[in-house]
Amino acid sequence: MHEMSLCEGIRNVIEDQARIHAIKGVKAVRVEIGRFAGVEKPALEFAFEVVMRGSVAEGARLEMIDLPGRAMCYDCVKEVEIDDRLAPCPDCGGGRLMPVGGDEMRIKDLEVI
Amino acid sequence: MCNVCGCGTGSVEGHSHHHDHGAGHHHHDHDHDHDHDHDHGHSHHHHHHHHGDIHFGQGPAGVEVPGMTQERLIEIETDILAKNDRYAAANRTILAGREILALNLVSSPGSGKTTLLCKTIEALGDQPLAVIEGDQQTANDADRIRATGAKAVQVNTGKGCHLDGHMVGHAMEHLELAANSILFIENVGNLVCPAGFDLGEDAKVAILSVTEGEDKPLKYPDMFTAARLAILNKVDLAPYCDVDLDLYEANLRRVNPTIDILRVSARTGEGMETWITWLRDRLAQKAKPEAAE
Repeated sequence: MHEMSLCEGIRNVIEDQARIHAIKGVKAVRVEIGRFAGVEKPALEFAFEVVMRGSVAEGARLEMIDLPGRAMCYDCVKEVEIDDRLAPCPDCGGGRLMPVGGDEMRIKDLEVI
Repeated sequence: MCNVCGCGTGSVEGHSHHHDHGAGHHHHDHDHDHDHDHDHGHSHHHHHHHHGDIHFGQGPAGVEVPGMTQERLIEIETDILAKNDRYAAANRTILAGREILALNLVSSPGSGKTTLLCKTIEALGDQPLAVIEGDQQTANDADRIRATGAKAVQVNTGKGCHLDGHMVGHAMEHLELAANSILFIENVGNLVCPAGFDLGEDAKVAILSVTEGEDKPLKYPDMFTAARLAILNKVDLAPYCDVDLDLYEANLRRVNPTIDILRVSARTGEGMETWITWLRDRLAQKAKPEAAE
């Protein structure tokens, strides 16, 4: 349950923010998830609901923003966008791609009351 | 629960490690008596700040009505694993200061990590080193390592599926690491989660056994993308399991074009010399950062 750990991380960040900004409740949490982050979105959603119980973010909405996967193609030496981790280079068809982006797991912002 | 990982109660062998602050953090009944006036006063002056600040007039109505509750948007822009990354960075600083090479050994369960490690320790002779053993339960692996005469500490993650920066930091305290030594961190056997958790290591080394199937790198690409070196272990078994070692390597390079690959058999000793040379080279680079790649 990797997603459970991620939600613990989200809760930590929210609780820090709650102290700083005297937040009474969180209505929505927006997170950015890269395509190659290895995050299972339904699992994250499930874990989020469970982990936020008893916190200021209990019952909050989780909004997930997808970020594209980017990789360096070692054949045409270009940075390209790919949807699938094992997809060939869309430009040259090469198969040797090293991910350079898309592993993001970031909390973007909180909608609070 | 242990900080960022949420993996249940982790324990360092012989030192049960309960975090009371972890249990306590579920209930924050703070009084904010004095804060309210202050907060209210502030709220109408701060409109557009870019760093971790509060934006008004961006609620559903797009307006700000004095006296009415306004939803606020707090920009955070923080990595979810930021806390783990801080622990990892602290570990990295300690390791760099003592010129210690730290390797995070990752693999499926049963790839032969511990056997490879025991043979490696033998082959390294009097090279100072230490081992952190991560498993969900039992101290079996640390016992096996200690039987070679090396220092080892077992970290049991309980329900957890990976080691994290915090656990490794504690384990390092228990080991009294010598300057210019090698620290092997044997992660929990799992090809998924350990890829995402930085421990402060210099490199991840993925260990695969030839019996696992050539498509393993394609099934679990993240781990092999994160690894600097892949060790194809148990090559002595290759003739018995119809494995195509070249295809294995091609698949590894498909998910990570820059990965180093070594064919090894811990049992027969095949390839061990190259692996030991790889280790000594990396350690030498660590000792002289200016000579590093």
